[in-house]
Amino acid sequence: MRFLGSAVLLALLAACASADGDPRDPFEGFNRGVYKFNETVDEAIAKPVATAYRDLVHEEIRSRVRNFFSNIADLFIGVNNLLQGKLQDGVEDWARFAFNSTFGLLGIHDVASDMGIEKHNEDFGQTLGRWGVGDGPYLVLPILGSSTLRDGFGTAADIYTDPVGDFRPIRLRNSAVALRLVGVRADLLDASRILDEAALDKYVFQRDAYLQRRRSLIYDGQPPREKRIEEGRSLRTPVNVEPAADVNNVRFAQHAHDR
Amino acid sequence: MRTIAKAALGLFAALLLGSAQGEELAPDVLVKNVTLEVVELIAKDKEIRGNRNKLIQLIDEKVLPHFNFTGMTALAMGQSWNKANAEQKKRLTEEFKTLLVRTYASALAAFSEQKFEFRPLRAKPTDTDVTVNVRVLQSGAQPVPIDYSMEKGAAGWKVYDVMVGGVSLVANYRTEFNNTVRESGIDGLIKSLSAKNRTFEAAGTAPQK
Repeated sequence: MRFLGSAVLLALLAACASADGDPRDPFEGFNRGVYKFNETVDEAIAKPVATAYRDLVHEEIRSRVRNFFSNIADLFIGVNNLLQGKLQDGVEDWARFAFNSTFGLLGIHDVASDMGIEKHNEDFGQTLGRWGVGDGPYLVLPILGSSTLRDGFGTAADIYTDPVGDFRPIRLRNSAVALRLVGVRADLLDASRILDEAALDKYVFQRDAYLQRRRSLIYDGQPPREKRIEEGRSLRTPVNVEPAADVNNVRFAQHAHDR
Repeated sequence: MRTIAKAALGLFAALLLGSAQGEELAPDVLVKNVTLEVVELIAKDKEIRGNRNKLIQLIDEKVLPHFNFTGMTALAMGQSWNKANAEQKKRLTEEFKTLLVRTYASALAAFSEQKFEFRPLRAKPTDTDVTVNVRVLQSGAQPVPIDYSMEKGAAGWKVYDVMVGGVSLVANYRTEFNNTVRESGIDGLIKSLSAKNRTFEAAGTAPQK
C-alpha cells in the first residue's frame, strides 16, 4: 500500500515537468494530478452523498445543522480576530457564541445574526496572511482541495484546534465530522455547477478564484487594488500598494479612494 | 379646485419621475431596481427556474442592456485584446457574452431565494467610475458580497466587472484566456469559447440538479 502510494507520488511529480509555468503555481503538474484525484472522489462519493442530503433532508433541518457547526467555529474565528488585533470583531464572535449557545439552543438558531451581530470569516491561514506571510506556492491538497503553502499550515492549525475534534466518544466525533463535511459539500453544489458551466479549464479557473478569494478574505473584503492591465480605456486609476504593508493604512487608503 | 391642483401636481410628479427614469438613474438605484425586478419575476414564475432558455431570455431583456460586454471582454483579454482584429473582437465579445449570461443565469437561479441587502453608494455625484455593493444574506454564514464595477458612458451607467465574494469575474478569465491565446492564438480562443457554449446547448435546456 505504501509502495503504491509512493509510486503514485513519483508519477505525479514526473508530471510536473509538463507544467507551463504560472509563477504562483510551480507545482502545477503535481497539483493537477491531485486535482484529478479529488474530482474522481468527489464525483464518486462526496457529490452523490451531498446531493442526497440536500434532496432528502429539509432545508429547515439542514440550516440547523449548518448553524450548529457555524456556532462552534465562531470560537476560533474570535481567536483569529484577536490574533489579528481586531478586538471588536473578536468580541463580537464570542458574543455570538455566547448568545447562540444559550438562547440559540446550542447554536442551532443563529439568534445573534437576528440581533445584528454579524458572522465573520477567519482562519489561521488568514491570520498568517495578515501578519505578512505571503501565499507561497499554490497547492491542491488531497480531499481538502485548493490551498497554498501558507494556508496549508493554517489548515493544519485549524484542524488541530477544531473543537469538533474533541467530541467523545470517537464514534460521535467521526459522525459529526462527516455530517459537517456533507453539509459543506451540499452548500457548494450550486457553486460547483456554476464552476462547471463557467470555466474553460476548471483547474485554472478554480485556482485563480481561490487565490483572489483568499486575498479578499485576508483584507476583509477591502484588498488594495491590483494594477490593471490598461487597454487605453480610462478604467479607474490603479492604486499600487505593497501587499501586507501596514494593513490598517491600506484599508484606510482604500476607503478614501472609494469615496 | 383642490382636486385639479392635486391632479396637476400628480401629473407633474409623474412626468418628472418618468423623465428621470428615462434619462439616468443613479448606479446603485439601477442595480437595486434590476436585481429586485428580476428576482421577483423568478420568484413569481416557478417554471422559469427549471427552464433555462426562459431564464436566459429574461436576463437578455432585463440585465444585458446594463452591461458593457466589449469592455468586459477587453479587460478579460488583457494584452491579447490589441492583437485581435475588429472581426475577432466582435466574435470574442459575442461568445464571451453568451458564456457570461449562462453563468449569470445559473447564479441568479441559485441566489433567487436569498435576501439581498443594498448598500448605500460611496461616491461623489461627479464620479464616473463607481463600485455598487450588494450583499446576499444567508443564515449560518458570512454574507456574500457582490460588487458591481460600473462606468458612466454616453449610454448611461454600464457594468464592466462583477466581483462575487472578492473574486472578479473578469480577472478570473484572464489567465485562461491568455493561456489559450498563447497555445492556439486568438482564433483558438474563439473556437474554444464557442465549443464551450455549444456544450450547453447540447446538454439541453433544463439545468441539471
